[in-house]
Amino acid sequence: MLIVISMVTFGIFFVVPQWAGATPEALASRYVGRAATPETVHLVAERLGFNDPVVVQYGRFVKGLFTGAEYDYGAGVEQCPAPCFGYSFISGQPVWPDLVDRLPVTFSLAVGAAIIWVLAGVSVGVISALRRGSFFDRLSMGTALAGVSLPIFFTGMISLVVFSYGLGWTPPGGAWTDFTVNPAQWAFNLLLPWITLAFLFAAGYARLTRAGMLETMGEDYIRTARAKGLREGKVVVKHGLRAALTPILTLFGIDFGLLIGGAVLTETTYTLPGLGQFAILAIRNQDLPQVMGVVLVAAGFVVVASLIVDLLYAVVDPRVRLS
Amino acid sequence: MRRKHALAGAATAALALVLSACGGGGGTSQQPAQTAAGGGAQPAFNAALTQVYNPSTKKGGTLKAAHSADWDSLDPGDTYYGYSFNFGRFYWRTLTMYKPGPGPEGNTVIPDLAEGLGTPSDDGKTWTYKLKSGLKYEDGTPITAKDVAYAVARSYDKETFPHGPSYLNELLDWPKDFKGVYKSADVDYKSAVEATDDSTVVFHLKKPFASMDYIVQMPMSAPVPKDKDTGAKYKEKVLSSGPYKFETNEIGKRFTLVRNDQWDPATDPNRPALPDRIEVQLNVNADDLDNQLISGDIDLDIPGTGLQPAALGKVLPDPALKARTDNPTIPRLWYVSVIPDNPPMDNVECRKAVMWAADRVANQTAYGGPLAGGDIATNVMPPPIVGQEKFDLYTTPENKGDVAKAKEALTACGQPNGFSTTMAFRSDRPREKALAEAMQQALAKVNIKVELKGFPGSSYFSDYAGNTDYVKKNGIGLAGHGWGSDWPDGYGFMQAIVDSRTIRKAGNYNLSVKNPEVDKLIDQASSELDETARAKLWVDVDKKVMEDASILPVVWAKSLLMRGTRVTNVAYNEGQSMYDYILLGVE
Amino acid sequence: MSFLDVKDLKIHFPTDDGLVKSVDGLSFGVERGKTLGIVGESGSGKSVTSLGVLGLHKGGRARISGEIWLDGEELNGASAEHVRRLRGKKMAMIFQDPLSSMHPYYTVGHQIMEAYRIHNDVSKQVARKHAIDMLGRVGIPEPAGRVDSYPHEFSGGMRQRAMIAMALSCDPELLIADEPTTALDVTVQAQILDLMRDLQREFNSALIVITHDLGVVAELSDDILVMYGGKCVEYGSADDIFYRPEHPYTWGLLGSMPRLDREPTERLLPIKGSPPSLINVPQGCAFHPRCPYAERTGGKALTEVPALAETEGGHLVRCHMSRSERQGLWENEIKPVLEIQ
Repeated sequence: MLIVISMVTFGIFFVVPQWAGATPEALASRYVGRAATPETVHLVAERLGFNDPVVVQYGRFVKGLFTGAEYDYGAGVEQCPAPCFGYSFISGQPVWPDLVDRLPVTFSLAVGAAIIWVLAGVSVGVISALRRGSFFDRLSMGTALAGVSLPIFFTGMISLVVFSYGLGWTPPGGAWTDFTVNPAQWAFNLLLPWITLAFLFAAGYARLTRAGMLETMGEDYIRTARAKGLREGKVVVKHGLRAALTPILTLFGIDFGLLIGGAVLTETTYTLPGLGQFAILAIRNQDLPQVMGVVLVAAGFVVVASLIVDLLYAVVDPRVRLS
Repeated sequence: MRRKHALAGAATAALALVLSACGGGGGTSQQPAQTAAGGGAQPAFNAALTQVYNPSTKKGGTLKAAHSADWDSLDPGDTYYGYSFNFGRFYWRTLTMYKPGPGPEGNTVIPDLAEGLGTPSDDGKTWTYKLKSGLKYEDGTPITAKDVAYAVARSYDKETFPHGPSYLNELLDWPKDFKGVYKSADVDYKSAVEATDDSTVVFHLKKPFASMDYIVQMPMSAPVPKDKDTGAKYKEKVLSSGPYKFETNEIGKRFTLVRNDQWDPATDPNRPALPDRIEVQLNVNADDLDNQLISGDIDLDIPGTGLQPAALGKVLPDPALKARTDNPTIPRLWYVSVIPDNPPMDNVECRKAVMWAADRVANQTAYGGPLAGGDIATNVMPPPIVGQEKFDLYTTPENKGDVAKAKEALTACGQPNGFSTTMAFRSDRPREKALAEAMQQALAKVNIKVELKGFPGSSYFSDYAGNTDYVKKNGIGLAGHGWGSDWPDGYGFMQAIVDSRTIRKAGNYNLSVKNPEVDKLIDQASSELDETARAKLWVDVDKKVMEDASILPVVWAKSLLMRGTRVTNVAYNEGQSMYDYILLGVE
Repeated sequence: MSFLDVKDLKIHFPTDDGLVKSVDGLSFGVERGKTLGIVGESGSGKSVTSLGVLGLHKGGRARISGEIWLDGEELNGASAEHVRRLRGKKMAMIFQDPLSSMHPYYTVGHQIMEAYRIHNDVSKQVARKHAIDMLGRVGIPEPAGRVDSYPHEFSGGMRQRAMIAMALSCDPELLIADEPTTALDVTVQAQILDLMRDLQREFNSALIVITHDLGVVAELSDDILVMYGGKCVEYGSADDIFYRPEHPYTWGLLGSMPRLDREPTERLLPIKGSPPSLINVPQGCAFHPRCPYAERTGGKALTEVPALAETEGGHLVRCHMSRSERQGLWENEIKPVLEIQ
């Protein structure tokens, strides 16, 4: 799967423009700035290897991933150890450390938001299911519908305008502190993005949980649990919710994997220096090695997340283990 | 070959509008009052254009700056943005520099590392600069003429340094087999540039060139010691020759400058070096940046190209905010290339019909009107260019076009019933799109049917409007265009867009001026050593181009710059066409 | 007063279509060591009754009235929390269809341990030992090996045994078994019934067996309560019900009993029609639309709800016909067909 993704990404950047008639020089002209003479463009096209056949260029990229690559910086040659995603066409910096650098931001954003949305979404869903038809149920399901329908750049902008620029409760967009530097500041800066992102996702989880709980709370084993004298809270959580967890887990695996791959809109809206923002910059700059890097890392996370979910299925539902 | 202006990406405009619509005036109106109280200066519109606003000699504090994109490169030999030339002077010194400060004097060049301006030989082919004494790098080692010559030679390698300007590659008499200081380490480049002793740099040119002092104010002449040079990686650790040095530098993210204790103010009367520390954030969202500038969270918008549309909507209607802005005319022309490649536009009369028919007011409106866009342009060279003359060969009533004159021209062209053509524009630039629509409407009145075609800005010159094959195959007759100058003289502004000998297959910036008479005038002008006569010749070039009707000027651009709430000593410098960064201090 | 004494129990559910009177004035009692069978078709209110005794309708939409006395303590008026503490400990329930009644995600052992640890403050190890012990007592071979199995890994009979083990884990004094053998095949049914009888003797608990199948209660019960439309229509000792039944509905149930000496599909005296809607219970005698003898009451069956009247020695019958008329019908028309000695 990762191979397919890497080939598609590569193809979009190289094959498609060449079908459209772009020469290696035209490709290279994006990485020299507009001031360059034809000679400069030609030299850069040579250095970036645009004159080689596409297969050779792709092979070189894949080789770099497994065995590392070398980068000629004029005054010498630098080794880029595997996994080498190459060097940015724009800044000349190796891509991999940049990706690794931005991972904590996206990871912090995703983990924090995930905790909030799972806790909020699931508990709202549970309460709604238990109080089906109540005012709380109708209010929360209405809000949930709004939550899934409103795009993050809308809720994000509104939240920034209201809480950061208006009330001044939360820091403005772009605030980021590393966890290791100051955990409190880290959490404070991320609070608004967390909540906004969580709002978007919590809605879906609330609806899913509610539907699942309505189903499981009518099951015979719930009655059995009550007949044992189990406290209602435990009946709901341990017996009801546990059984409703499987579809939530599936959804979570996909969502979380995608999110780690880059919460593009959220990071753009709040200007967080994570993978999503990196992806936007890379695409805007048409910086192929960076785009390849971020796409592959994102795809990698989706793959890993679905793998983990598959494994977790067996843990959650013992019936999966045998069949 | 000219300094690029970091133009605002249009992609953020839609988001920006949402923000401005929702956030109008959120807690900002009291800010100017604070400024007044703190700095003792009365904020006023255009207060930093002709004088220094909030003058100060107070040292200390941290200047907080932000950039909405990445720096092209911090390496003096590999950078070509106006903001970089301007800001870089914090950590580099060049042979000459623009005179810091406001007003027309900002266009003049004064010595920096050099004791005086360059001394040309009688034939104008050899230029000699003499270095001051007592110059040192941040590590205490002396700056020598050899380092300046080396820096110039290393910038020759465009494979390693693709970003920088290539004036010196073309002007100097390089050895035939020279491929740069890394690949041709054993080739002596003294035929192009040499240090005849520790304090004398001599440039040898291929042909006479008068504007050398303007060339060496560019950072290619900033000294780089050979033993500290790390090629493409030098931008990660630049050895400072200016009043500040790098404390930290995270490429693509941020960097911090602190005082360089080896810099001797006695050798440098031009840099007051007020802040103790300068912090720069990179890749900040352009609208966030404006908001932070308005609120006072940052002091300086590095790109210096003015506020985004979202912020304009907030600032212009608010007198208190508007009082913090300056609205200079910059050496930049927005225009339409009238391309003679396809008939009937190969006939000058048909091009003149376009000149007469164009509605200049509508075009100016398309570009944002008089404040955000600029003044209506009647010829090619913008007013800030030294020696510029404003003239108008196509005067029409109220600048709204003259249908009768246009029809006359059409008849003379043999197309009395009009004709059809195609106009190219950059679809990611809303103003250029609006311009194309205005042109379409105006030309329709004289039966010139214009079909509009939008293209991505990033490949506009390489694949479309600047690609001769594409232009011919697709019948492109008009193309939206814009140009800014590297230095404020005729050569700096005009050469690249009107010299037909620069035209190649792809990546052209001269899309339409293909006139041998223009080329001849350019040669005369660039070798004329007398400044006044030279300026006059460039005006002749301008007139010849307008007679050729191959450039339809639209506006001489203005930018709307905003002063941070804490900054002192603010002045718009015409040479930089931004605030003069090295003068700035903070309260 | 009996160990469990239910007096005039009414359990009504308000719905959008009307009030569902699932249980409508039911009274019965069970002593320790004795077994009561509650018999009726599905929808007759028997399961609702058992859940009502356990207090599992509390907090729901049900409207409950009447008295439920357990060991001298009234439960209907007691707090939900109080009843919860009794549930599983003093009174326990065995559900039908153990595949759906046991949680699919937890091991059998875990579910038994859970039941035990709710009411006994013991360590997991102790609870586990107890669970293994209980599984052994309900006749699961190699209980130590099966304690960590999941319900889906058990056969139907084993699951039912496990369910019984779970219900018995806290030595309940009242055990309610709701269709304990319905999902099982005939031979396993017999084993389970034997097991329940043995265990009841061992624990000396009061047992209520709820079933639609008189055959099940025949072997277990001391007393039998026949329910129809949320009401008791006949109550008496097992002998009363099997040898001297007086209600036409009971006759029908007897006739519908699968018997070992007949083909499984053969029904001797099937009851015509279907059970009544609990929202619109027929006027008069609820059974009258299906009763072959309704016209004998001279129209009373259509207008008047018959009273539950004692015939003799605690044998109660709810029927408009006279006793002699009923006895005559039984002796002459029903008994010969059913071939009961």
